[in-house]
Amino acid sequence: MTTRHEASDGSTIEPGDVVVLHVQGLEELIASLIDAGFDTRGPSVRNGAIVPGALHGVTDLPKGVHDVQAPGRYRLEHSDDGQLFGWAVGPGSWKAEFFPPSQELWRASPAGDSMVFTEPAPDQRRLAIIGARPCEVAALSVLDRVLANGEHRDPRYVERRDANFVVVVECGRPGATCFCSSMGTGPGIDAGFDVALTEVDDSDGHRFVARPGTQRGADFLSRVTHEESTDRDRGARVAVLERAGVQMGRRLDTEGLASLLARNVEHPHWDEVAERCLSCANCTLVCPTCFCSDVRDTTDLAGDFHRRRTWSSCFDLDHSYLHGGPVRASVSSRYRQWMTHKLSTWWDQFDTSGCVGCGRCVTWCPVGIDITEEVRAIATSDGASRRDVPSVKGAP
Amino acid sequence: MTVAPLTDSRPTLAVWKFASCDGCQLSLLDCEDELLTLAGAVRFAHFTEMSRSTIPGPYDVSLVEGSICTPEDAERIKDVRANSRYLVTIGACATAGGIQGLKNFAAAGAYAGAVYAHPEYLRTLESSTPIAEHVAVDYELRGCPIDRGQLLEVLLAFLAGRRPVIAGHSVCQECKGRGTVCLLVSEGTACLGPVTRAGCGALCPATGRGCFGCFGPCEGANTSALATQLRETGTDEFEVARLFHTFNAWAPAFRDQFETSAALAAATSGREVRRDDGVGR
Repeated sequence: MTTRHEASDGSTIEPGDVVVLHVQGLEELIASLIDAGFDTRGPSVRNGAIVPGALHGVTDLPKGVHDVQAPGRYRLEHSDDGQLFGWAVGPGSWKAEFFPPSQELWRASPAGDSMVFTEPAPDQRRLAIIGARPCEVAALSVLDRVLANGEHRDPRYVERRDANFVVVVECGRPGATCFCSSMGTGPGIDAGFDVALTEVDDSDGHRFVARPGTQRGADFLSRVTHEESTDRDRGARVAVLERAGVQMGRRLDTEGLASLLARNVEHPHWDEVAERCLSCANCTLVCPTCFCSDVRDTTDLAGDFHRRRTWSSCFDLDHSYLHGGPVRASVSSRYRQWMTHKLSTWWDQFDTSGCVGCGRCVTWCPVGIDITEEVRAIATSDGASRRDVPSVKGAP
Repeated sequence: MTVAPLTDSRPTLAVWKFASCDGCQLSLLDCEDELLTLAGAVRFAHFTEMSRSTIPGPYDVSLVEGSICTPEDAERIKDVRANSRYLVTIGACATAGGIQGLKNFAAAGAYAGAVYAHPEYLRTLESSTPIAEHVAVDYELRGCPIDRGQLLEVLLAFLAGRRPVIAGHSVCQECKGRGTVCLLVSEGTACLGPVTRAGCGALCPATGRGCFGCFGPCEGANTSALATQLRETGTDEFEVARLFHTFNAWAPAFRDQFETSAALAAATSGREVRRDDGVGR
């Protein structure tokens, strides 16, 4: 027999505790975050995909919606099961909330003999992310290393992240392009969140096993209707994660991966990928850790100057443009730059992998180029060199 | 004809029409909120869509709309070039030959015969070609029609003596920037976005319609990879050919893919591409 705590009975939960919420408790959690002034955002169905959107309550969640993913293919299916988180990540990542696709950095207006510089007002919005997956929380921590903890802090990113509340939902239904278990970023999660939920639907009913990861997460959980967890609840969570691990659609062998790529920069496979690659940049734009941007100055009719930062991509010819032309003119050199950075040189630069195994680049590549397959192709002919294959088309 | 006051130091702007629909030069008039301010910064010296009052050249900047389709225009563009410090071509006609470039793929006179009751009165060239095939061009602004925001940006850049901030990458980056879900991946809709130059703000995909390719090929457009994917996801080869055979048909990357797909469609179907396939002859 479990002990039930109503929303207001003053019971106290500590980080490390494990409790159980029902749908009502989740509803109360969302409401209490809204009451506390958070801008609550979570998964929403829009234009045939699950993407981040406004979330005002449980009814906004994609109930019974499942995704079917494959390289270059994504479809939603609707069922009458009551699952609220029965899907793997869609094309939108939480990156855009903290590192927006386009933002003005400053403007300058001539004033007599001098210039007046104006920065946009600080972002006062406190964002609560509800329903981020473990790979996405891992991705935010990778981005933190780049944009918040590195030598060059991005003040706007930092202010948004500092105010950010994270409710992660562990993955119970990974997609066919997912490989987070290979990257050690899922399907379960132990850190980087305020509250972690695991959706369980078994003979004991539909419920969420909830774990606070921070004191404020524990405080919010204390205020909502919950039950103490039993061994059966905790076992059910483990079963969900084990099943997810088995269902993981793809895997990537990370053993020696960074050095494999580092010693295969002249592998003929880069040119084979380039034949198929559109260099359209979709992989980098859906990637939750790609952070490349372009900073441009423009002028306007009023005589003001504007400096704007927009997302860019290593697949963009302009991105490597130096005096006289682009450094990476061939598509093979651009694909190689992307993949070797993500899986190899990211370690040198940020002491972590740049890939979290979310599978977005595989699903959302319009021609279905699969990073796990491309790694395999290089691994199976480790040491091959296009210098030995003079007929390969496009080799620089 | 009016005479410019000696005190007027504004740079002069001229707008020229060749074979075109006027839509691109009208984009300048569509800059309603900015038009008066712009008129303070530049002097509209020759813009007959706006005023019959013109002043003689030379001009600081000429905007050239339209393609070269007649022997007279092939000469007239040389005069425009000679009278312009900077010559900027605007739109698919001026930069790629336009929709009238379809005649470049057909037998001589085929289109004129289909359109005009008395084609014998016409004196036209057998091809429709972009301005840059005839004279040196300082900047090419793409689109059918061009985007007025981009037009303003080009003018502001020339006024300030800086490089225009105009992207050469694909429409996909604009879709991702505005959060549009990829139609190719989520619906299997044929979309030219991955091979088409950005600039429109990804208008069509945002309304659920695949990209038509109005802005022509992006930098490094890999049309054969996209055509392969379209084929594999069920698009008929005649349709693949047709997708590349519109406003920017004569742009090299689109032209090559059309010819490849049209030949493949003919070889596999046992018949030639017909006009009712929407692809020309």
